[in-house]
Amino acid sequence: MAFDYDKYIRPGKLPHIWCPGCGHGIVMKGLIRAIDTLGLEKNNTAIVSGIGCASRLPGYLDFCTLHTAHGRAAAFATGVKMARPEMNVICVGGDGDGTAIGGNHFIHACRRNINMTYIVMNNNIYGMTGGQFSPCTPTGAKASTTPYGNPDPAFDVAKLAIGAGATFVARGTAYHATQIDKLIVEAVQHKGFSVVEILDDCPTTYGRRNKFKSVIEMMNRLKDIAVPVKAAEKMTPEQLQGKIITGVLFKEERPEYTAEYAKVIERAKGGK
Amino acid sequence: MAKKVAFLQGNEAAAQGALYAGCKFFAGYPITPSTEVAEVLSAELPKIGGKFIQMEDEIAAMAAVIGGSLAGSKALTATSGPGLSLKQELIGYACIAETPVVIVNVMRGGPSTGMPTGPSQSDVMSAKWGTHGDHPAICLVPASVQELFEETVRAFNLAEKYRTPVMVMPDEIVAHMRERIVFPEPGELEVIDRTAPSVPPEQYKPYDTKFGDVPPLAAFGSGYRFHVTGLNKMDDGFPTTKAAVVQAEEERQVRKVDANIDDIVKFEEYMLDDAEVAVVAFGSTSRSARFAVNEARKQGIKAGLFRIKTFWPFPEKQIKALSSKVKALITPEMNLGMCTVEVRRCAEGKAPVHGIFRVDGEPINPGQILDKIKEVK
Amino acid sequence: MDKKLPTIEIIEKYCKGCHICVEFCPTKVLEMKGFVASVKNLEACIKCMQCELRCPDFAIKVTA
Repeated sequence: MAFDYDKYIRPGKLPHIWCPGCGHGIVMKGLIRAIDTLGLEKNNTAIVSGIGCASRLPGYLDFCTLHTAHGRAAAFATGVKMARPEMNVICVGGDGDGTAIGGNHFIHACRRNINMTYIVMNNNIYGMTGGQFSPCTPTGAKASTTPYGNPDPAFDVAKLAIGAGATFVARGTAYHATQIDKLIVEAVQHKGFSVVEILDDCPTTYGRRNKFKSVIEMMNRLKDIAVPVKAAEKMTPEQLQGKIITGVLFKEERPEYTAEYAKVIERAKGGK
Repeated sequence: MAKKVAFLQGNEAAAQGALYAGCKFFAGYPITPSTEVAEVLSAELPKIGGKFIQMEDEIAAMAAVIGGSLAGSKALTATSGPGLSLKQELIGYACIAETPVVIVNVMRGGPSTGMPTGPSQSDVMSAKWGTHGDHPAICLVPASVQELFEETVRAFNLAEKYRTPVMVMPDEIVAHMRERIVFPEPGELEVIDRTAPSVPPEQYKPYDTKFGDVPPLAAFGSGYRFHVTGLNKMDDGFPTTKAAVVQAEEERQVRKVDANIDDIVKFEEYMLDDAEVAVVAFGSTSRSARFAVNEARKQGIKAGLFRIKTFWPFPEKQIKALSSKVKALITPEMNLGMCTVEVRRCAEGKAPVHGIFRVDGEPINPGQILDKIKEVK
Repeated sequence: MDKKLPTIEIIEKYCKGCHICVEFCPTKVLEMKGFVASVKNLEACIKCMQCELRCPDFAIKVTA
């Protein structure tokens, strides 16, 4: 049976702005299926983004949606969550938005372990501005501002999140469409700050410059480099060279921020 | 029953004023000389079920208060010069998304790190021109601890009434001085809350001008779903590049303030009826000016004081009228002529405007002003 | 296997012609007709829903 995405999409907002073959639409579908599985109430769910291609996502969805400034999604979302801890808060955005200009907000949201989910749609490039290199562009890759190849090393978003204190970190890809909603479901159910990195493709500004002949080739590359966590455990570092590990990479229980602040309120009211 | 009286620091009074106005959310980042605002609210807000959060940086603090306000809480942040520079990005966001928030900015020496513990009045232009693009600006410049309390209440009222960020800008002297303050009783000062939508959720549009220039604002999580963006938007909150809509929306946002100047602008006229020399001053400098005017009067000089309480919108009409009544205007200020430029613009050449500028971290003393009064009388 | 054929609806105004559905259909049901996807061989459809799932543009609905 066809999945009824229309139930969650604002009337008249499609087609979306993303280019042919951009995986952002696949991620948005995964997010919608996850929300459906979780049964999140529209009025009680905020979807917050920054600026960039991926950050246009909230506008399509029929929830409380907040399209903020470049990099600031996690900080705005923190304000929403503090004011109304009962709301479900989901941030979405790209790799440049989340880990460059918004890097500070991202790591501190991880550290605080505030109960929200941050979906990083990592396509290794600044797409909306025309393909400049991001902190997630691989070394050596071509971008509009690295015509001789990228001299910068890249962030591993999942490792960054784990290092900063996120208590649930998962990774999927735009190719592994059925896995996306499963990871998001688990992330949202987790009490604390959860990060889901989805490796995505930007055929227009990244693929074109980096010798990918088609969208299909980019999708197949995601299939080829992905190694599930369980399989990766049996592989040597040499075998894992050039691969990315997918699935739930990290999970731990740690006091959640809004719950801790509720205790602050109790102490303050009790005069302690 | 006698009213509650206290000996309070300016920043503490700002925090108390915020609580009186119904502030339930504070997000900030430590910066001298404004930190006492955060310190007081970190202790007081949780007592009433409010929320305090110290964010990772100034921009994040501004973001969080906008988020908190959109979720329905009256929200405050506090900062000082360098922090104000950082916050400008999202002050613009609050303007275009029409989100009520209050920013207490304690003015210290600048530019850059400048003189963190020294007073100044050099952020007043940043309050209007700091963020890019055309936008409304409201900036209040209190001159005493009592007034810092009352103007913080008024700042919340204006923010809520006009759906726009409002700045309260005491100079460091006003923020750090300790004075007697008489706390108003609950209900004594007006407290305004944003207008909630009167239409059901399915008919709600966050920028619906059918309800006037300041459309009602619903809260996230209250049963109303809507979209908020920093892009130029239509009445339903979604982005647009339609020329006519963008033009009309930009003009409406600015008109929220421009059409309500008499409601927003507050000032004090002291001994101006027969004055030949008028001192135009604000903040702690106006206290020296009042002293100088009193001294001048004792010496038979017809001097008076026009005290600016609302810096933005600037009291144009009043300064214009004043300039045709007096022989000269004097503008003492702790910067290199920011208020002077405005006064000169409003005076339109009808009276000469003599500035007294100090940026050395020292207050402008009454003697300096008195000397100038004598010089230009 | 259910002999009843599924319906594959392609919303042409949403389709951006990325080829993903055509390439990832395991039984080659779909083809490109100009810039939009089109059903070529419905009989071969095994109702795996891969095309609907992978379409980034919300342009395919498969009803089994």
